[in-house]
Amino acid sequence: MMEKSRRSFLKVAGIAAIGLGAAPAINFASSDSNGKAHAVKSKNEEALSAKRWGMVIDTNKLTKEVAEAAIEACHKAHNVPDFNHEVDEEKFPNTRPVNHKQEIKWLWEEEFHYAFPDKEDEFLAEKYHHLPFLVTCNHCKNAPCVQACPTQATFKRKDGIVLMDFHRCIGCRFCMAACPYGARSFNFRDPRPFIEEVAKDFPTRSKGVVEKCNLCAERLANGEQPHCVEASEGAIVVGDLEDPESEVRALLNEHYTIRRKQSLGTEPSVYYVM
Amino acid sequence: MLEIAIKGSRNYWLWIVFLLLVIGAGAIVYIDQFMNGLMITGMSRDVSWGFYIANFTFLVGVAAGGVMVVIPYYLHNYEKFHRITILGEFLAVASLVMCLLFIIVDLGQPTRMLNVLLYPTPHSMLFYDMIVLNGYLFLNIVVGWKILEAERNQVEPEWWTKPLVYLSIPFAIGIHTVTAYLYCGLPGRGYWLTAILAPRFLASAFAAGPAFLIILCYIIKKFTKFDPGWDAMQTLAKIVCWAIIANLFFFLCEVFVVFYSNIPSHKTHLQYLLFGYHGYNALVPWMWSGLIMMFTGAVFLVIPKLRNNKVLLPFTCAMIFIGAWIDKGLGMISGGFVPSPLHHVTEYAPTGPEIMITLAVYATGFLVLTILYKLATQVKEEVNG
Repeated sequence: MMEKSRRSFLKVAGIAAIGLGAAPAINFASSDSNGKAHAVKSKNEEALSAKRWGMVIDTNKLTKEVAEAAIEACHKAHNVPDFNHEVDEEKFPNTRPVNHKQEIKWLWEEEFHYAFPDKEDEFLAEKYHHLPFLVTCNHCKNAPCVQACPTQATFKRKDGIVLMDFHRCIGCRFCMAACPYGARSFNFRDPRPFIEEVAKDFPTRSKGVVEKCNLCAERLANGEQPHCVEASEGAIVVGDLEDPESEVRALLNEHYTIRRKQSLGTEPSVYYVM
Repeated sequence: MLEIAIKGSRNYWLWIVFLLLVIGAGAIVYIDQFMNGLMITGMSRDVSWGFYIANFTFLVGVAAGGVMVVIPYYLHNYEKFHRITILGEFLAVASLVMCLLFIIVDLGQPTRMLNVLLYPTPHSMLFYDMIVLNGYLFLNIVVGWKILEAERNQVEPEWWTKPLVYLSIPFAIGIHTVTAYLYCGLPGRGYWLTAILAPRFLASAFAAGPAFLIILCYIIKKFTKFDPGWDAMQTLAKIVCWAIIANLFFFLCEVFVVFYSNIPSHKTHLQYLLFGYHGYNALVPWMWSGLIMMFTGAVFLVIPKLRNNKVLLPFTCAMIFIGAWIDKGLGMISGGFVPSPLHHVTEYAPTGPEIMITLAVYATGFLVLTILYKLATQVKEEVNG
């Protein structure tokens, strides 16, 4: 696949270079290098699929350690910058000091009354005050961010996953204003100096684009479970909400679950077992 | 007609050079922002829009305010506005230039901005905002230019300018309505989630736009031989008066609803702006100054003796203009983001570089305004001998 598109790129570039001169030709060919004529759409037999992906987080099983492990697995694999990381001065000279308010996060811990501000309760059971609640993109059925995006850089897949095209995003941040869960982060600066070790199988981002949790779409496509699920020791389960036989549906049947800001009608796909 | 702009007095050129210097300084800062990203601003994960979008929102209002001279003159044949209609239209042009520049400097990836046209997305309110803003800009340039040219040549304006003028009226309402819809259609932002946002925006626009026009009339009278007419300015002052009262009334409606209903997700924002929230109160003095200025301005305009006072009027108008700028600029934008949807409080203040870029955008707008007003006043001087 990789090999093929490169070959077609070289072919088009070569032919065009003769007729048009090298510079415009390379621009032309690189913008078209997906090679419409050659691209073969093949379905990975191993890929995990669902009618509508959803997540169930069991707050009874989610300890602080597990939550932190899940966050680390997610952020490392997706090249999410860590502003506390010490910058390699040789590789990135003159890196300016960070503003921690401009941080990036895909998956993080919140206390109950921040994760569920509409369920604030002065007499809430003591245990909930100290539980870590993992919050992330809810991959809403009616996603306000998808509605707001003026370029469809944020879009919803048929299987319910809300994804982002980092190369189409113009950085207007309308989606961040639209998201009622604060799930989105903006690259106020080049994130690369703050990535300890670049994970090769996921792109790094440039400055000026928005990003968020993608429910590990790239792993589901390979038949693998999301990173947070793998690291969670059973506290996080991902599966098909529309399939009555699925594990997530079994959990929803057995337990009382809540979702964040249900009253807004966004229909979040992330459930919390209480 | 443009040749008029390159013949001017020493003061005219000093002013132009001053504006160019501000633009140059801002451009240098912008290069830094372009290279290093929006990290140079005070914006954050929680307050993801700031000074740029605040000024954008306010200036959309100033642009829409131009319609307050177009409607009386073209729909009601109010002759006294004949001389200042062009000033309203050209003010709209300059304001829209600034609006578009503010959008561009706010983008994380400005080189990709044409993606909005490449992938037109009718379910996004920004798509419509792009259409109405550019449409209104185009209408005002064409109409203003053609009518001024006709006046210079002492002929009737071409017949097709009339329908364009009529079309510009719904466009003026449209730009501010759609700009309000950017905010008030978002489910998780209690401060903006109110049907009165668009009317409120329009009311403050119809106050701020004409208030600024009155100030401009004073400046024109001082520096050129063209007299916009005291009667016209008085009528404008009455328009400002009722519009600012409507704006304050809408604001009070908002205050009543959020505090009496007591719904936290709606109430906390106004609480933060007016009284501070959990010890955070950076915007409280701003917000109160804005309210006091708007209220005092309204009182000064309601009382005929004070409204007719030629010395007081420009100050009253400046108060209302600045009051509306605070109310709809920083108050509206920061107020919507603080507290965040998770009820964290992250405060916002623009940084030095952010202010510099903002000033440069304003200088660009004033450059456009100066040149257009120079054309307009000179033509009127020529014609009126």
